[in-house]
Amino acid sequence: MATDSHTNVLFGLYNDEEDLMRAIESANESGLDIMDVYTPFPVHGLDPIMGLKESRLHIAGFIYGALGTCTAFGVMTWVFTRNWPIIFGGKPYFSVPAFMPITFELTVLFACVGMVITFYTICGMGPGVTNPILDERITDDKFCLAFKTNGLPNGEIDNLKSFLSSTQAAEVHTKMI
Amino acid sequence: MSAVVSPVREPLVTGSKTYHQITEDICAPTERMPGFSFMLGMLFSLLMLGFGAFCMVWTIWKGIGSWDLNRTIGWGWDITNFVWWVGIGHAGTLISAILLLFRQKWRTGVNRAAEAMTIFAVMCAAVFPGIHMGRIWVSFFIFPYPNTRGPLWVNFNSPLLWDVFAISTYFTVSLLFWYTGLVPDLATVRDRASGMRKKIYSIASFGWTGAAKHWSRWESLSLILAGMATPLVLSVHTIVSFDFATSVIPGWHTTIFPPYFVAGAIFSGFAMVQTLMLIARKVLKLEDYITIAHIESMNKVILLTGTIVGVAYLTELFIAWYSGYVYEQFAFYNRAVGIYWWSYLAMMSCNVLSPQIFWFKKARRSVVITFIMSILVNIGMWFERFVIIATTLARDYLPSSWSYYSPTWVEVGDYIFTFGLFFTLFLIFTRVAPVVAIAEIKSILKSGGDQYVGFEAERKKKEALESGEYASQH
Repeated sequence: MATDSHTNVLFGLYNDEEDLMRAIESANESGLDIMDVYTPFPVHGLDPIMGLKESRLHIAGFIYGALGTCTAFGVMTWVFTRNWPIIFGGKPYFSVPAFMPITFELTVLFACVGMVITFYTICGMGPGVTNPILDERITDDKFCLAFKTNGLPNGEIDNLKSFLSSTQAAEVHTKMI
Repeated sequence: MSAVVSPVREPLVTGSKTYHQITEDICAPTERMPGFSFMLGMLFSLLMLGFGAFCMVWTIWKGIGSWDLNRTIGWGWDITNFVWWVGIGHAGTLISAILLLFRQKWRTGVNRAAEAMTIFAVMCAAVFPGIHMGRIWVSFFIFPYPNTRGPLWVNFNSPLLWDVFAISTYFTVSLLFWYTGLVPDLATVRDRASGMRKKIYSIASFGWTGAAKHWSRWESLSLILAGMATPLVLSVHTIVSFDFATSVIPGWHTTIFPPYFVAGAIFSGFAMVQTLMLIARKVLKLEDYITIAHIESMNKVILLTGTIVGVAYLTELFIAWYSGYVYEQFAFYNRAVGIYWWSYLAMMSCNVLSPQIFWFKKARRSVVITFIMSILVNIGMWFERFVIIATTLARDYLPSSWSYYSPTWVEVGDYIFTFGLFFTLFLIFTRVAPVVAIAEIKSILKSGGDQYVGFEAERKKKEALESGEYASQH
């Protein structure tokens, strides 16, 4: 990574998710610009106070699913009515009820595979990807509130530090990632 | 902040755990050298796998003639085992998907291991149709792809082909669902590891950081995958039952098959979860996470589904009589008192009668009874499939073609192969990945931990209130 793309991060580690939520609320009140929040497990109620919108993954899932439906139904129809029509058990070539199980299965398959790939792509994750970690205890029992300090004057950084310690952060650290 | 929880609700995590202790307890088995009991289990599994592999090679080398199948009885142990393993897989999806939709918090203790069980069970199931084809080296013919044989396509109207799609979709979706749930926990293991292990878990954990937006998307993804896995799991065993129900064999050609198969699948799957969990919680020291309350909940599901299966058996008998159709009537008469009467008896006693013991709370909460029951149910459900398949085929329309079937040692060996495969994979899993979903357990700690809920927590709170300390604490 080039030197100029480094991010200086000031972060506080909290021992409890409720301390973290109170800290985020007071950061919002004082108009501080939070870089990100890292937690060991999904903390409910975090999204609204951080102003995170609901994920649109389900829309992507619907589109992938619809694609699966069309693929399955389209291919079966083409094969049995155009490419190689065969009569099975006296059923018509275009036997819609018999096409349903495979249509359903491929709908689910396309939707799930597509959504999972989309999820990892938009999160910047994948096999072998390593993203910078602020503290190794974030996946254990620490709740992290991080501020970006690139280009901030020292006075501002000191303000952020005192904000973190005033909101019961157990530890305050800086890290360049 | 914590939600109002009834004091009568039992805690889901005992031992007054902190977040850090949860990490320590659950990561421990992946970080220490396996003990004697594990090695013994592994040795036993590998022996089964080795003997089974020999029988598999024998089957493929000599052909299906090494089995005792005949013109009359074309499906025997192979398809019985296939349906049995697929059924076992269903409990994992039920726990992880359906209970997630129902917001059942107790699933967090067992969902990870149950899903792993699903994946391994489906792998075992897939072995049997594979070898039953006879020429496994051309097994890719079952997939529709443009080919130089016409192109000759597969029969999209056949339930056997629907099965191919159902099982492969089920396997893929279960794997994705399981692994996506596993990624944050693998990151936990990664952040505790060093050296080579850190590198491996770093690759496996996909660069997870625990950012708020990622968690939000992760939860959204889990919910939608659960929403899709739920109809999927119902469709899979429905389609498996279509393999039988769409034929014109008396005793198979019934509309009750889909719901009856699905209930049976969940029934046997929960029994297998119990077998595995009772051993795992002991060996891996996870009694605080997989508590007696979890076992009791699962026993209730076993009681419910076992009774549904029982009602289905009786309904079948009634409908056979009520239909006035002699072939159907004979099929069921033959099942109950024909040459295979003993397998019908095993099925009825293990599946319908024995689970009734779970009406008693003492039995539901007893580890020993639960373990014995879990084995009985699995035996019973194996016999159910055997009864449906072999017994029905043995006595068809023409008495001149009536026949009898018992397996050869090769068929038994092929079944042992899948046991070896299943237990070997499961034992490896318990040593490389967290067996309990760490992040999910942490997220229910404040509504399910015994320091927060239950009579004990209530008592402590009352004491604190009386001594006037409560106000200063909260």
